[in-house]
Amino acid sequence: MEFDPVTLSRIQFGFLISFHIIFPAFTMGLAAWLAVLDGLRLATGNEIYRRVFDFWLRIFAVSFGMGVVTGIVMAFQFGTNWGVLAERVGAIQGPLLGYESFTAFMLEATCFGVMLLGRHRVSPTVYFICCCLVALGTMLSSFWILANNSWMQVPVGHTVVDGKIVPADWREIVLGPVMMVRWPHMLLAAFLTTAMCVTATGAWYVLRDVHRPEARVMLHWGLGLAAVLVPIQILFGHETGLYVLKHQPAKFAAIEARWKTEQPAAEVLMAWPDEAQQKNLFAIEVPRLGSFIASGNWTAKEIGLEAFPPEDRPPVVIPFWGFRIMVGMGLIMLAVSWLGNLLRWRRRLETSRWFLWPAFLSFPTGFIAVLCGWYTAEVGRQPWVVYGLLRTKDAVTPSLTTNDVLLSLTVYGLVYAVLAGFGFLYIYKLLRRGPEAAAEPIPNATPSRPMAFADTAATATGSRTEGRE
Amino acid sequence: MTMVEPSTLALFWAGVIALAILAYVILDGFDIGVGVLFGTTRDQARRAEMMGSIAPFWDGNETWLVVVGASLFAAFPAAYAVLLGAFYVPVLLMLVGLIFRGVAFEFRYRSQRMRRFWDAGFAGGSTLVAFAQGAAVGAMMRGVPTQDMQFAGGAFSWLHGFPVLTGLGLVLGYALLGACWMVLKTEGALQAWSYARIPWLVGGVFVVLGLAFVVSLTADPDAAQGARRMSGWGAAFPILSVLALLGVLLGARARREAVPMAMAAVFFVSAFLTLGLMFWPYMIPYAVTVSDAAAPEASLRFFFYAGIVVLPVIAAYTVGKYWIFRGKTDRRHVGVARGGR
Repeated sequence: MEFDPVTLSRIQFGFLISFHIIFPAFTMGLAAWLAVLDGLRLATGNEIYRRVFDFWLRIFAVSFGMGVVTGIVMAFQFGTNWGVLAERVGAIQGPLLGYESFTAFMLEATCFGVMLLGRHRVSPTVYFICCCLVALGTMLSSFWILANNSWMQVPVGHTVVDGKIVPADWREIVLGPVMMVRWPHMLLAAFLTTAMCVTATGAWYVLRDVHRPEARVMLHWGLGLAAVLVPIQILFGHETGLYVLKHQPAKFAAIEARWKTEQPAAEVLMAWPDEAQQKNLFAIEVPRLGSFIASGNWTAKEIGLEAFPPEDRPPVVIPFWGFRIMVGMGLIMLAVSWLGNLLRWRRRLETSRWFLWPAFLSFPTGFIAVLCGWYTAEVGRQPWVVYGLLRTKDAVTPSLTTNDVLLSLTVYGLVYAVLAGFGFLYIYKLLRRGPEAAAEPIPNATPSRPMAFADTAATATGSRTEGRE
Repeated sequence: MTMVEPSTLALFWAGVIALAILAYVILDGFDIGVGVLFGTTRDQARRAEMMGSIAPFWDGNETWLVVVGASLFAAFPAAYAVLLGAFYVPVLLMLVGLIFRGVAFEFRYRSQRMRRFWDAGFAGGSTLVAFAQGAAVGAMMRGVPTQDMQFAGGAFSWLHGFPVLTGLGLVLGYALLGACWMVLKTEGALQAWSYARIPWLVGGVFVVLGLAFVVSLTADPDAAQGARRMSGWGAAFPILSVLALLGVLLGARARREAVPMAMAAVFFVSAFLTLGLMFWPYMIPYAVTVSDAAAPEASLRFFFYAGIVVLPVIAAYTVGKYWIFRGKTDRRHVGVARGGR
């Protein structure tokens, strides 16, 4: 791999977006979870939902803040490093991403503030409506991001005028068929990420024998939601695979590590794809299964990477493994959620430590699946940035040198390390401390200053050595 | 290049961006300025009170920067691409400065050991943000080389004597806004301290701007091309900005609390209009016009709906927040900002 501005800019974008996506993926599900909890309390009057709500609200605030900070950096990346992309495709991407920024702001300026600080200033119904609107708003935010990315995967509704790619039909751009599959896929992924975190937190408390009533609520809802959503997600995942097969056959071949066109095609379960020799090492294959997965019959011909000119072939290792790790995480979620519900049904959940440990340790499965899914989608799209229209190597800002990007990458790496260190530390402290009996008022916090929320946690764990002047 | 008149929608978005920049410079300017002045004192009580005076506002002020960025990408993608390419390093410095400022705000109360580090991050980050923005403006006045709608220079092309002067000028200018803000919002010792800073800061801004003016006339012909584009009554705005600076000084001398802040705002508005006159009709001086950079009508129209819904909400939010926290900074508020309860 050569370290030129294109490669380094890709690494920088990948690093910044990976760091960013962790937070929105988590907060999207959390917002919906909070709306459900507040609705439950409103409907049942049971105070336990309030305690669980207040607890997750703080975690939500910190991760929302991290998402905002890392999102501001993203807003500048398209111009700083991908100038040709911004200039040639900006007529389409600019408004889509602009809508996302504006949506996020509407949220921050209105309902999010009420949600954080307005508990005692508005009626319970209004408060509940605000929670729902925040949940809806985070989903709307992801809508615009997915509309933008789906268009980059399968560009539709555009025309080319003087070398610029301009919109011809916004409805087609925003609501294309690919978008209608990929957006639900991302929403479900976000919900599953949160469901697994909520489940793991509940399992952790049971293992430590603390906060038992709250832990029961978390296990109930986390496991229940995951058990229902994983099968639906598998369905949408399959639909996503079909769009790839139809519109991006080279990506599909890379995900399957199918170098040569085969009839009938085998399915490579595990292998190390060797890109230099164009073949798989240590492959475990199932004959004919590849044809069945792609085409639904056991004898169909499936094209391999050899069918594409070398300059149009994506890398293979990352899509191949990214996809398999994502699916593996999905299977773990399926096993944990179904087994967990079975144990619950037989009233042995909270005594089965052999189950609670893996349930606790499965907290990162959602995050890993989200990241690996995106790596598969984005690396598999290469060598194109806008599929079939603009190559990644032609999209970079022409004035950039290797040293420029090396400098920015180093600086971002250092700053994010500090940011991540403290951000994760505070989330961990909040989780470890768990729900409190009485929620304390949050001092001097505003919607985009969520770190203020971590303050009380730091105090409770005795880590603060504040001296007053 | 033929001059094409920009469309109504392009003018609408150019106007939105201009107003958002102005709102950003004045609003975030004062809290960045407080951050700059924060670095000039070691008195812990004073530092806490300084932070308390901007605590409820600074994050909302920053939203205007993102409004500028998002609108620029959506409505003028070519300008977005050229500017961010040209100012790769200043943008990096600005973002790092903004992150450190924001984080320091929350973390400085958490530990005695790390406090020096976060305080340095707050003052240093604020100064870095101000300098990077000022230098970028100076570099724009010298003109941004472009080719095929892309930046055609190096990552350090912006680094010249003139942009360094304007960078320094904006650090002082923001500090002046910060001092005027504290005169308005605080009482007692901190207010007196801020009053005492104003003459020096006015003098500093005046000297740096004068120096920049002289440099542009004598040593740096690139920087003078903007001034040459000013004609006739266009000179009214630079004169107005000098008068406004004088007004800041007189208001401070007369101990009229609201006058310095108002006059400092007038100073920034007239300086901004001066720049606008220098650049018009260019969006990237002196290569890309507003109509060159504008996205097609279909894009401008599609994004127009976002603008007419969201911008009034953000504006109302801003006004509402300043209304809620009107008057002198609550001392109890400062106490909370210091981490006490």
